[in-house]
Amino acid sequence: MFRRLPEIVQRVVTITVDGQRVAAQEGDSVAAALLAAGLTPTRLTPVSGAPRAPYCMMGVCFECIVTIDGVANRQGCLVPVREAMQVTTIAGRRELAI
Amino acid sequence: MGPAADVADVVVIGAGIHGCSTALHLAQRGVRVTVIEKDYAGRHASGVNAGGVRQLARHIAEIPLSVASMELWERIEDLVGDDCGFEAHGQVLVAESEAELGGFAARVQDLRDRGFTHEELIDRAELRRLVPAVSEACPGGIVSRRDGAADPFRATQAFRRAAIAAGARFREGIGVTGLARVGGVWQVESTAGRFEAAKVVNAAGAWAGRLAAMVGEPVPLDVIAPMLMITSRVPAFIEPVVILRSRKLSFKQFANGTVLIGGGHLGRAYPDSNETVLDWAKLGDSARTVWELFPVMRSATIVRAWAGIEARMPDDIPVVGPSRVAEGLYHQFGFSAHGFQLGPATGAVMAELVTTGRTNMPIAELNIGRFARG
Amino acid sequence: MRLDSLRDTFDVAIVGAGSAGLAAAAVTAGAGLATLVVDENAGPGGQIYRAVTTSPVKRRDILGEDYWAGERLVADAVRSGAAMLDATTVWSLDRDLAIGLSRDGSARMITARRVIIATGAQERPFPIPGWTLPGVMTAGGVQTMLKASGLVPAGETVIAGTGPLLWLLASQLVRAGVAIAAILDTTPRAAYLKAAPHAAGFVLSPLFAKGLALRREVAAKVRVIAGVTEIRAAGFGKLASVTYAAGGRQETLPVDNLLLHQGVVPNVNLAMAAGCQHRWDARQLCFVPVLDADGLSSVPGIAIAGDGAGIAGAWAAEERGRLAGVAAVRALAPQASAPDGQAIRQRLARHEAARGFLETLFQPPRQFRVPPSDDTIVCRCEEVTAGTVREAARLGCEGPNQLKAFTRCGMGPCQGRLCGLTVTEIIAETRGLSPEVVGSYRLRPPVKPISLGELARMPASAAAVKAVVR
Repeated sequence: MFRRLPEIVQRVVTITVDGQRVAAQEGDSVAAALLAAGLTPTRLTPVSGAPRAPYCMMGVCFECIVTIDGVANRQGCLVPVREAMQVTTIAGRRELAI
Repeated sequence: MGPAADVADVVVIGAGIHGCSTALHLAQRGVRVTVIEKDYAGRHASGVNAGGVRQLARHIAEIPLSVASMELWERIEDLVGDDCGFEAHGQVLVAESEAELGGFAARVQDLRDRGFTHEELIDRAELRRLVPAVSEACPGGIVSRRDGAADPFRATQAFRRAAIAAGARFREGIGVTGLARVGGVWQVESTAGRFEAAKVVNAAGAWAGRLAAMVGEPVPLDVIAPMLMITSRVPAFIEPVVILRSRKLSFKQFANGTVLIGGGHLGRAYPDSNETVLDWAKLGDSARTVWELFPVMRSATIVRAWAGIEARMPDDIPVVGPSRVAEGLYHQFGFSAHGFQLGPATGAVMAELVTTGRTNMPIAELNIGRFARG
Repeated sequence: MRLDSLRDTFDVAIVGAGSAGLAAAAVTAGAGLATLVVDENAGPGGQIYRAVTTSPVKRRDILGEDYWAGERLVADAVRSGAAMLDATTVWSLDRDLAIGLSRDGSARMITARRVIIATGAQERPFPIPGWTLPGVMTAGGVQTMLKASGLVPAGETVIAGTGPLLWLLASQLVRAGVAIAAILDTTPRAAYLKAAPHAAGFVLSPLFAKGLALRREVAAKVRVIAGVTEIRAAGFGKLASVTYAAGGRQETLPVDNLLLHQGVVPNVNLAMAAGCQHRWDARQLCFVPVLDADGLSSVPGIAIAGDGAGIAGAWAAEERGRLAGVAAVRALAPQASAPDGQAIRQRLARHEAARGFLETLFQPPRQFRVPPSDDTIVCRCEEVTAGTVREAARLGCEGPNQLKAFTRCGMGPCQGRLCGLTVTEIIAETRGLSPEVVGSYRLRPPVKPISLGELARMPASAAAVKAVVR
């Protein structure tokens, strides 16, 4: 669970996560935006379906992988939010583009 | 005088799948065998290849060994106490044009004329049935239905364990520095002292040429670094292993969903330091081939790439059989990036050859003598 | 800067825009060498100076003046004329100094005459039962959220582990008004005695006074439990509680956020994949590259600077970056001007004086590096437990690469970043071998995944690049 420091004043950026509109702030990574919005778990493991959430926030752990604007397996902690970005979280094996 | 030499009936040099298979079959015959390996079993080509277990698309000279090996693969758990991850969903050679398919038809007929029935010509409909994800432009191909794939490192280690259980000794982390026959006994000098045996099997893979040269039997062996790539997990969409003739591609999806992309594009090998360097331009070519042939793969991710250190002979077939210049020395190397499937039976044949002096398996075409001058 | 508009070759390519990378760039670009700095984050600063040019946290006292010093480093690098390429992953580096880059779904290769790897450090893995539950994060990860987004933990928050960063983060959170329920300090009491012989060097360094002040500040406001010997996180689907043992007693605390930290270790994946030789450092308990005095690795043309060369902190990283920069200038443009190496080494020695004390005091206890409980997950990606690795070692597996015969440990997307050290130490302990002998995963490019599409579309050569129609 995370909260924003009250003195922080940044432009609001609206993204969509699994179809749901989420308000993030300019400068947030996708992973930070998900954590700030309480949207965990962000993935289920392919081996056992165990729930996971971002762990290291620096591109090392690969727990934060999500699909961003149709591109899968992106590390959410390395991608800054952009207005109208579409994020879908991964549940186990990813759906291939058909 | 230094420490006493290590003595066995047979020394096998190299613990790839061929060395381990030969050791197993020798040990099963009650022969005292010591395997000397410079790294660890399966460290090189045997442990890092695509794991293809195929009779499909082989040179005629290899087919008898391949067919015999297939019998062993189908009972691999009995042989080595591990199923080695072997799964047989068939292997398919895809034709990309009518002209190519015509060539395949001639090939299949030729094999049948020789008595080999494992390859079957298939039309567009059957190709689509076997490999629904392949591009619609492909008019057909050849299928070898009993073929499949296994886990190469696991399989090599399983052969090693079974050989040890049967009485073979493995000395790993030891490099051979000299090889000479003195007074009817083979003296194998190594970084851990001398080994002595009546017979030696040279199964040293990319380093086998150096051993052959040591006994005055040099061969034109090329050290190559075939490359592979593996993707992250994707939903199951392909069962047979797919290979292309005109373009370098082999393509396999594992039960866990990851997809292995190979086919023989070469990187660079540095055999003295066990290092390889990948050629990304060529891997880009592989990626483009997959892109064109399997549109469903277009958003897959490459998670790993690597290359093995392998030996290739100029005629693309291995060297199997007795030495032409030295008694009691046998060669089992040069499998040119397609030796994995041949391991089980070649080891059995080699054990027969070493212990009885003969074998019914037709291996004359594979003899090292074909490289002799004059 | 677009990837396809990048030139094919540079004099110096620097991987990482943290302390070392920025300092090196200022030297090489300042000497007139065509310099490229590549970083996968949205802006420069690395971890320590994360978001230093964009942080929304305006109150300078929350993050502290040491953090804001990063602004100067960035300014120097930019002013020197180095080309800064952000949001770009380096996924391949080899002995020919061919560099694979990926940005925004596009990949290409470039080359350089010299490469300086400045990929810094990562958090040391902290495998405790339950560490994979949502709600458990690294202290560094939470610090990143504070710096880059002004986000702080809400609800019940516990910090656990050992090391200077623990206290720094705690002080930053306290100043930001976060209530921390407890700090579970795993520093063994015996460590203070062990570290005492090194204390003289430490007391003289500026870190000593700072460190002491931070601890006092935090201890005044937060419950600190010292000598913690066991930690277990628990919950159904997400973190709900943490149980610890200390001084013979046990306690369970309800918790929403558990922040773990037990030091940092070099981020070695790119250097190892490029073929740079590494060795086990018995005091830092990790693999570090084998380097000469200028930071040159075993691969000609590749230097390693900063925490990636061995943990020594931000200031030492700057100086080592400068040394690598100076060496590059001497090699590529010997007539050009470069800073005085002697002065740099003197400053470096002062910054390194504290290392003996810090490394000894904050050496993570064995039970937090080698999980005693068999069902603790070691490989997070493939969910392989400590028990499985131990069993494989008992069955004859002598190193991490041989694990492939038994498990998928290390074969997931993180490429062993979070399990490698644990696996090496488990095998070493089980087989009675040194970690040096056990070794590490054999790493290959791509060190980060690239898409099939990127690879398929990658321009094959300079000529091909010009031919592509955009």
